[in-house]
Amino acid sequence: MSNNRYELNKNLAQMLKGGVIMDVTTPEQARIAEEAGACAVMALERIPADIRAAGGVSRMSDPKMIKGIQDAVSIPVMAKCRIGHFAEAQILQAIEIDYIDESEVLSPADDKYHIDKTGFDVPFVCGAKDLGEALRRINEGASMIRTKGEPGTGDIIQAVRHMRSMQSEIRRIGSLSEDELFDTAKSLAVPYDLLKYVHDHKKLPVVNFAAGGVATPADAALMMQLGAEGVFVGSGIFKSGDPAKRASAIVKAVTNYTDAALLAELSEDLGEAMVGINEQEIDLLMAERGK
Amino acid sequence: MQIAVLALQGAFIEHENMLSKLGVSSIEIRQKKDLKKDFDGLIIPGGESTVQGQLLKELDLLSPLKDLIVNGMPVFGTCAGLLLLADRIDNDTRSYLQTMDIIATRNAYGRQLGSFYIESEFEGIGTIPMTFIRAPFIKKVYGGASPLATVDGHIVAARHGKQLVTAFHPELNNSLSVHEYFCNMVNGSDY
Repeated sequence: MSNNRYELNKNLAQMLKGGVIMDVTTPEQARIAEEAGACAVMALERIPADIRAAGGVSRMSDPKMIKGIQDAVSIPVMAKCRIGHFAEAQILQAIEIDYIDESEVLSPADDKYHIDKTGFDVPFVCGAKDLGEALRRINEGASMIRTKGEPGTGDIIQAVRHMRSMQSEIRRIGSLSEDELFDTAKSLAVPYDLLKYVHDHKKLPVVNFAAGGVATPADAALMMQLGAEGVFVGSGIFKSGDPAKRASAIVKAVTNYTDAALLAELSEDLGEAMVGINEQEIDLLMAERGK
Repeated sequence: MQIAVLALQGAFIEHENMLSKLGVSSIEIRQKKDLKKDFDGLIIPGGESTVQGQLLKELDLLSPLKDLIVNGMPVFGTCAGLLLLADRIDNDTRSYLQTMDIIATRNAYGRQLGSFYIESEFEGIGTIPMTFIRAPFIKKVYGGASPLATVDGHIVAARHGKQLVTAFHPELNNSLSVHEYFCNMVNGSDY
């Protein structure tokens, strides 16, 4: 144990476990999220559903807008930078953001290299579709992983696919013999040490959340039962009829994700869920950005 | 001995792992009906105090837990757990169990860039690792509470009867000593 930022940054992710991280675009939404029991908020100018609808290049949010949200709440505040855009990440670090999401929701700035996150003091969370992507991001310095899902759709299918793929690969790695790990590291394009960790511990070396398409308490419970350690909800809350009530219901669903009777109660009278679009109906697959 | 760990949100599994290394079994409290299980002590883990506090209220756990603690159930709170037990939080209008004679300062070291690790003295144990994550500290102890550890002039651990709190996270490091200290409080071998 040393006073190293990476350990401390992984530790902060551990404190977020069992919690819900909510996308917010204004200080008022941030306060609603905190009141409803969000364990952190993601400060964004536009939520993914609107980014998707608006099209065009989407970038890091205005630091002033992010600071407004930092002032409004006492819980950790996260913000997104574009994949590979280390200058945006430097700016977010300068305003003392609690976590940077190097996110496929924004337009990628680099189609080959992700940010070298080991050079930063603030923590990073990155999206991953499978174990290989997750371990590559961790090797670059990510201290938390989330599924990519398909942001802004309200469709859970991709998050489920990514979480199932990750969990099934973790089980497979756990069953390999030691000498098989070398070749598997090569074929997954990941460092041997990280693969060995997965083999020995039967889990990722960092906290793993679900993200992308969570819209209901049932969606959140599904992801938790599939092995997520917490949930990001993007468009699902503030694109719905009664954000405060839905947010609070999703928070409780994450805590008691195996209690179906309670989940039934929580799912009652939530008003309209976000409309959503099916994955076949969209042209832009954000999950395909950054591998 | 069986210890209940409040498992609403945060790093509760880490506490369960520490207890299991000490050979102590644990159960999780996620809702009111879990209080019917048998337990001799309670751990309130790190996480976000606003989340755990809100869930305590909405799941009707706040007053039953408060009654248990007031009636002598040993309790150990780390970080957010410290805030939930504090009589008052000086920079937050929210208050929760309010069973301990301490005034706490929330996010006392600032945002994540202020998080740190140090090795420091803990009364009755010696030098131990201490990890502070967006941590609070104790601004003041009074009445039945007394300090157990101080870092940079701020109280970071305290005890009030059978209540123990740390602003840092013993569950994140390898030393089992603080959990052992708590288990001794529970089985009464500290007196």
